[in-house]
Amino acid sequence: MAAAGKEVKLIGSRPSPYVARVRIALHLKGVEYEFLHEEVFGNKSELLLRSNPVYKKIPVLIHGGQPICESLVIVQYIDEVWAASGPAILPADPLDRAVARFWAAYIDDKLGPNCVALALRLGDEASRAESKEQLFAGLQLLDEALGKISNGKSFFGGDAVGFLDIAFGSYLGWLKALEKVEGIKLLDESRFPRLAKWAERFCSAKAATDVIPEPDELVEFVKLLAHR
Amino acid sequence: MAGEKEVKLLDFWASPFGQRVRIALAEKGLEYDYYEENLAEKSELLLKSNPVHKKIPVLIHEGRPVCESLIIVQYIDEVWPDRNPILPSDPYSRAQARFWADYIDKKVYEGGYKLWKLKGEELEEAKKEFVEILQILEGELGDKEYFGGKNFGLVDIAMLPFSAWFYAYEAYSGLSVETEAPKLAAWAKRCSERESVAKTLPDPDKVYELAGLLRKRSGVE
Repeated sequence: MAAAGKEVKLIGSRPSPYVARVRIALHLKGVEYEFLHEEVFGNKSELLLRSNPVYKKIPVLIHGGQPICESLVIVQYIDEVWAASGPAILPADPLDRAVARFWAAYIDDKLGPNCVALALRLGDEASRAESKEQLFAGLQLLDEALGKISNGKSFFGGDAVGFLDIAFGSYLGWLKALEKVEGIKLLDESRFPRLAKWAERFCSAKAATDVIPEPDELVEFVKLLAHR
Repeated sequence: MAGEKEVKLLDFWASPFGQRVRIALAEKGLEYDYYEENLAEKSELLLKSNPVHKKIPVLIHEGRPVCESLIIVQYIDEVWPDRNPILPSDPYSRAQARFWADYIDKKVYEGGYKLWKLKGEELEEAKKEFVEILQILEGELGDKEYFGGKNFGLVDIAMLPFSAWFYAYEAYSGLSVETEAPKLAAWAKRCSERESVAKTLPDPDKVYELAGLLRKRSGVE
């Protein structure tokens, strides 16, 4: 198999939800890899700058010396290269794939970044209020989508963690950190019953073990960032 | 055989995103019903088919909607894999194609839009940024026939529709794509001769007119 014997390295850092996505995908496929810690507060490493000259950002997967960038692109790459090594991350049916990609794009556009920005206390009062509204509206839509897509099963991907679970689940650390920082309940069982239960299942999933940071860890991280 | 009989496309003639889908459908030799949307008065069908964004393009295949242009293009490639593949077959090349299509999505529309929307200092800044984007794309294209190498593919489809806007960008900003990115300009000309592109590319003069209209409406002039 093409994958066999080629080294796998991941440039990343623990707080990044985008890095979390890649780690979960690698765990799902049982792939061994070297985690190259990129310092969040220092200068970017030579390796990072060389491997991702366009964006200079983590995560970067380096497989057999070749770099792959952009978290969702990397997740699809992992799914394809290690197709035989674990459950499929993307669904098999083209329409289901299109739906999964649609919601993943929505999450990256309207949900995730809002969540992180709010946790970091960025923006003025007005823009923060708008972000919160967008976040709640998004959670509502996602809760409904989960109902339709999962068809009563545990995850967006069905019985196992899939693409969309990874796309949203990777933000759960930040969502919980935001809940702590603001003192509000976002994944409120009464408002978003399906999503709230799904979140518990996701965080307990084997592939997510030790990947999603605890809210306290991120709250500390936010404090550190604020001091710089 | 996959349901070829029922393909509908909800679109707007000048939309670069819609055009991506039109090129993909043409590459696959697919027949479809084209619905021109009035963006000022969106149809019931559009609102029902894309309730989240209410935007075109929307592909409706056998009654089921697919939204977001690059997602639609990949869908088309996956449903009709037997002809003119749009994505390459090996995972690394596929990842590269997705990366660059995504880059184009993130940078070109916004960047180009600023060239006919802004004035003065802001326009100068926007020009600098757009030139950088063009040069990055130029670097990626290099001396290849297509972004996909020998094969016309996802990245070509992602970028081509913006070439219909080059004239408008140039006219309003004074930028010259030919000067800043000659290989890209040559690539655009080469691709415009490809049948799937020739029959779907909007007239750059009409696009320029539309940009002018939009400028007035937003109070730039």
